[in-house]
Amino acid sequence: MSRHTLSVLVENRPGVLTRVAGLFARRAFNIHSLAVGPTEHEEISRITVVVDVVEDLPLEQVTKQLNKLVHVIKIVELTPEESVHRQLLLVKVRADAQTRSGVLEVVNLFRAHVVDVVPDTVVVEAVGTDAKLDALVAALEPYGVREIVKSGTLAVGRGSRSITDRALERVRSA
Amino acid sequence: MATPHPSPAQVAARTDARPAEVRTRGLVAGDAAAGGAPQEMTGAESIVRSLESVGVDTVFGIPGGAILPLYDPLMDSTKVRHVLVRHEQGGGHAASGYAHASGKVGVTMATSGPGATNLVTPLADANMDSIPMVAITGQVGASMIGTDAFQEADIVGITMPITKHSFLVTDPDEIPRTIAEAFHIASTGRPGPVLVDIAKSAMQARTTFSWPQEMRLPGYRPVTRPHAKQVREAAKLLATARRPVLYVGGGVVRAGACEALRRLVDVTGAAVVTTLMARGAVPDSHPQHLGMPGMHGTVPAVAALQKADLIVALGARFDDRVTGKLSSFAPHAAVVHADIDPAEIGKNRAVDVPIVGDLREVIGDLVPAVEAEHAAVGRPDLAAWWHQIDGWRETYPLGYTATADGLLAPQHVITRLGELAGPEAVYVAGVGQHQMWAAQFIRYEHPRTWINSGGLGTMGYAVPAAMGAKVGRPDATVWAIDGDGCFQMTNQELATCVINDIPIKVALINNSSLGMVRQWQTLFYEERYSNTDLHTGHGTQRVPDFVKLADAYGAVGIRVERESDVDDAIKRANEIDDRPVVVDFTVSRDAMVWPMVAAGVSNDDIQYARGISPAWDREE
Repeated sequence: MSRHTLSVLVENRPGVLTRVAGLFARRAFNIHSLAVGPTEHEEISRITVVVDVVEDLPLEQVTKQLNKLVHVIKIVELTPEESVHRQLLLVKVRADAQTRSGVLEVVNLFRAHVVDVVPDTVVVEAVGTDAKLDALVAALEPYGVREIVKSGTLAVGRGSRSITDRALERVRSA
Repeated sequence: MATPHPSPAQVAARTDARPAEVRTRGLVAGDAAAGGAPQEMTGAESIVRSLESVGVDTVFGIPGGAILPLYDPLMDSTKVRHVLVRHEQGGGHAASGYAHASGKVGVTMATSGPGATNLVTPLADANMDSIPMVAITGQVGASMIGTDAFQEADIVGITMPITKHSFLVTDPDEIPRTIAEAFHIASTGRPGPVLVDIAKSAMQARTTFSWPQEMRLPGYRPVTRPHAKQVREAAKLLATARRPVLYVGGGVVRAGACEALRRLVDVTGAAVVTTLMARGAVPDSHPQHLGMPGMHGTVPAVAALQKADLIVALGARFDDRVTGKLSSFAPHAAVVHADIDPAEIGKNRAVDVPIVGDLREVIGDLVPAVEAEHAAVGRPDLAAWWHQIDGWRETYPLGYTATADGLLAPQHVITRLGELAGPEAVYVAGVGQHQMWAAQFIRYEHPRTWINSGGLGTMGYAVPAAMGAKVGRPDATVWAIDGDGCFQMTNQELATCVINDIPIKVALINNSSLGMVRQWQTLFYEERYSNTDLHTGHGTQRVPDFVKLADAYGAVGIRVERESDVDDAIKRANEIDDRPVVVDFTVSRDAMVWPMVAAGVSNDDIQYARGISPAWDREE
């Protein structure tokens, strides 16, 4: 099994996410994570999907089927070497007068932030790769993790090239 | 126009420039009068004008609450004929049969909720067989959507996996553009069904109509021009292969590429097989044609693919019913795969030379490329290959044995029907044994003369699809070949045929059972016939009596039980042209479809008849 990150540029229309997600389900592809949001152009939304690929269902088949969706404009695979991948983590940890300094030490070590404090807990915000966030959670575990919420992966290619430029031309000329 | 997509008028011009062979086309002669200043009207009127403008001449449908506003102006249209069907499923399959026979987009209409959900089967069917079809459904008023209103169903959501695309229209101003886009998507690229769900409130609101419309489909760009280098690679393989087979699928028929294919067959000298969806794409009389491959294919067709050193797949998709156990399919063959849909290429079988493009262009380019290769390296010597194939043809011709019970053999009926109705007739089958026999024993000489439900295997397809085919090709004789099981699922459309003067003929292969299921019970379930007896044939109460049923519908009913009466009945049916005819051929229930490759088994293990496997040459 291998893991791939796809940036899917789609028309910003109702129901597009359903079409994309539904396609994954019915073609038996596994979504590891999914993030959707607007882009610098209001006509285009960007779906970042991390997909687990098994041998008999190659990635090529995923992208070809996605490309057939009428509202999908462009698909780009973002490899770890040539792109930046980030997830956002919010974690609620027990932190009372005795343990708070220990928790804060972990938070500082991971360059995370505390975004909410009450007498017995803190909410920690961290941005990073899967591996870093997993390590952070592991380090906080002994103090008592009460709640974890994690976004899908976002990814953008390194360097000056933009993958939305040409897609936009297509949308505007259509 | 600023759009990269052709306008309807451009599409019309392009397709009409190719009169010789029908290809799938969406937008026929545009409505010249429609051009010009926008006109004010209701959304419902705008739908009718849009349909007229894309060139729709026939719609199969049934009205209901949410689509009522549309049916009012439809009554006044002089260009669009509405055929009132008896069940929405019948309307959907009729649109499919119409599309398949004529090459034009089939159109069906239904109301919201149950009307729309009754279209699910025909939409899924059309999606599997790449039928260009547009379904227009009424939806509850925009303000009611999501409230579980009366006859509300999220039909766009329900049909998302089984349509090429779908639209929900709540703004009446979007009606003309949406309809233009729907027909464009349905008919171009790999054809397929498109659903347009229109809220009742949009039909009732005032709007403006103008034509032609600019389409906005930035994500829809089918590749039609094949890559020249890939075509050359394919030609090289074709010019050097020693055991080449052209594996022809339904895509060739959809693309209108059969004439071009004829030249390729002649130039290459290769063996050719036509799948269930492609029967008629190459004449059965052509000496290089080995017939149908697959589960119930001919031994020569199955064997040729298994032993091939090169398979050139044209508009075919390596379906499991063709390949048998995939890992042992054609183990020695290099594969060239040409298709308009890039996702089909490499989906099931690894490919050596992929070619994405319109098959008409692909094959058109392949012919001179192969000729150029021949000029450069000479023609390949295929004598040994043909010697081997001829051995199979001689030893394992298609045939059948007399029935053990002495009752009428269904294969005889179908063979005689093909001979007496001839290759100009259109044959439309349901699903099951009768379908396989019709694919095997009728000699097809032309594309679009064989219509059936291949991918989805929809029982009940024949009668409504034959009705649609007859409307699409009114001058052709249209024979539905149906089973007693299938016929009982959709025969209500005989009423539609009688009332609307659509004189189809039905050859009912009545074996009093769900025959194909029964065959599997015979072979794989120790002859335990669980729930396959339909009590319609010999020695039963005959419920229903199909002759009386035909009579009740105002059609002609004829019963045939003896071989000596077969020819007369077919001739009599062929002479009746003022109403539908149903011939109840009451046949033996024990006849089985052979050859057969059992499901999930290697094609090498094909059985020519029960317990008889071909002896493959050992020199391989």
